[in-house]
Amino acid sequence: MIHRIKDENGVTVVAFEGDVDLESSPEARRILLDCLGRTSSLLVDLSAVTYIDSSGIASLVESFQNARKAGRHFALVAVSGSVLSVLRLSRLDKVFTIYDTLEDGLARAG
Amino acid sequence: MEDHDQSLLKLRFPSQADRLKLVRSAVSEAAKRCGCTAEVARDIVIAVDEACQNVIRHAYGGASDGEIILEIRHTGDEIVVFLRDFAKATEVAKVKPRELDDLRPGGLGTHFIGEVMDEVEFMPSPPDGGNLLRMVKRIA
Repeated sequence: MIHRIKDENGVTVVAFEGDVDLESSPEARRILLDCLGRTSSLLVDLSAVTYIDSSGIASLVESFQNARKAGRHFALVAVSGSVLSVLRLSRLDKVFTIYDTLEDGLARAG
Repeated sequence: MEDHDQSLLKLRFPSQADRLKLVRSAVSEAAKRCGCTAEVARDIVIAVDEACQNVIRHAYGGASDGEIILEIRHTGDEIVVFLRDFAKATEVAKVKPRELDDLRPGGLGTHFIGEVMDEVEFMPSPPDGGNLLRMVKRIA
């Protein structure tokens, strides 16, 4: 898994690429929680994630809960088909805020 | 369909998270090789990956020197997965999916396995100890 972090007019965008699995999810968790400590609005771009497992989903859930407690905006954007199918398995597609594209997410987060 | 029984894949690997990508790749190829659709292959990959995680995290408690043996068989219209470990016998009653309404980070793996496979059962503990999990996916 690799990641990129960028600032888009005050909105932090974290983009993950590759597999978010038992090996890489601790790093994904650390990155997300670290970003949430430094921004009021976080978008997680999952367009290039090829596989996510329950540990990767757990990292997203923990970040979502942290953001909610701290009153911060947290959303997923451009979710790849493989990630969306796993979110549906856990019915979390109804829990997370999900935008079809990064542009949509930025427009709503601003 | 011809009622055959064929071993598709047998892997022996250590209880280390960095081996799971390789395992997923092999399982996907094995499933597709016997005619599974991409969706069915994905389901089997998810189940094997999550079951291996349970072994690594819970059965072996994160120890990296445990041994895991995975065998996948094609029997009639079923893909049958056997996952063997040599850890302390699992208390099967404690292995259950959590309620999805209970929004918390962990505990989803067992739920995923139950969702994507048609049968999941712990076999009687082998004579030389450990655990043997059997999972079935019907592909007809």
